[in-house]
Amino acid sequence: MKLIKTLTGDRDIALLVGQVLRTGVITASAIAFVGGVLYLAKHGADSLPDYSTFTGEGKEYTTFGGIFRGLATFKPSAVIQFGALILLATPILRVFFSLIGFAVEKDRMYVVITLLVLGIILFSMFGGLKV
Amino acid sequence: MNILIFSLILLAGAYVAGLLGSLTGLGGGVVVIPLLTLVFHVDIRYAIGAALLASIANSSGAASAYIKEGITNVRLGMFLEIATTLGAVGGALIAVFTPTNTIAILFGVVLIFSALMTVRKKHEHALQEGSRLSYVLKLNGSYPTPQGEVPYKLQNIGGGFSIMLLAGVLSGLLGIGSGALKVLAMDGAMKIPFKVSTTTSNFMIGVTAAASAVVYLQRGYIDPGIAFPVVLGVLGGAFTGARLLTIMNPKTLRYIFCVAISFVALEMIYNGLHHQF
Repeated sequence: MKLIKTLTGDRDIALLVGQVLRTGVITASAIAFVGGVLYLAKHGADSLPDYSTFTGEGKEYTTFGGIFRGLATFKPSAVIQFGALILLATPILRVFFSLIGFAVEKDRMYVVITLLVLGIILFSMFGGLKV
Repeated sequence: MNILIFSLILLAGAYVAGLLGSLTGLGGGVVVIPLLTLVFHVDIRYAIGAALLASIANSSGAASAYIKEGITNVRLGMFLEIATTLGAVGGALIAVFTPTNTIAILFGVVLIFSALMTVRKKHEHALQEGSRLSYVLKLNGSYPTPQGEVPYKLQNIGGGFSIMLLAGVLSGLLGIGSGALKVLAMDGAMKIPFKVSTTTSNFMIGVTAAASAVVYLQRGYIDPGIAFPVVLGVLGGAFTGARLLTIMNPKTLRYIFCVAISFVALEMIYNGLHHQF
């Protein structure tokens, strides 16, 4: 709460949002890098999968459950996908922090606008979910 | 070709994509998609998945710096994101029913349009009188220049909002940030100074891309083996580009790049028309 209390005015919120974006990108690329090194160490000498025909990734790389199960066993591809998830989450988190910012400023109109954007993203997350 | 060599070439290509992207203002996706489809013959759907991740990395990396400088109009970005996220989710849904050749042709057309937008003349003056809606929505702002803070006002918010909706659809359909259309909406329709338009557009691209990328991830478009060299390469290139921008003026580079991109676009359109995708 201390953090939120010290936030006064647009400027501080903007800086916090910038920090969220920076941290998210750095974390995501660090994880993708580790996953990539693991992946190359394990599969580097293998011949290239056929990317010219689209088969789509399986459940292990497209669902939270699948990615986390792979992560628990340090499966290289799952580590990369986890990095991709962090990357996807970064702008969504940014919207969430803006929401807190507008709420602290008691800017009702922008709280509603931000909630609307968040709602659309959440709808796309759960609306089109492949189970 | 084995996986190691493929990854290294892709890493280098993505680095160049990120570098050119940040120097010319066109996002990394613009180079990543042709590189993957035309050079490596990767299915355009995997290319779209990788390009979306590249757009998010690029936008989030750059946006944090612009926000710090106080140029980005955060309220405006938030308001217009209603349009772009709605469009992006719609675009990602339409993509299922769109043949890949049509997507390639559309991509080529948008690419040529983006190249033209990049070399066109920009208007730089700040509007003194805003529309009524711009006051109601608290969208007017000011931005720092070497001569001090310059206040600006907005007009034609409905028009800007509609173009943003289209930008969102294209972004969701093609996997690119569609920054050129976003800038057209802000600088062209709403008459916002160019510098504010570009940085606010960059700020919005991450959220727009994330809205459709979630759909694509679930649909299996994001392949880990393609994703990691692309994300790391684009990010590294964008970082270098941002450094280079402070010491060089990329005006000539911008023209060369736009001509090159137009040729690539024609190739995509040609291949699309001959059902090569």
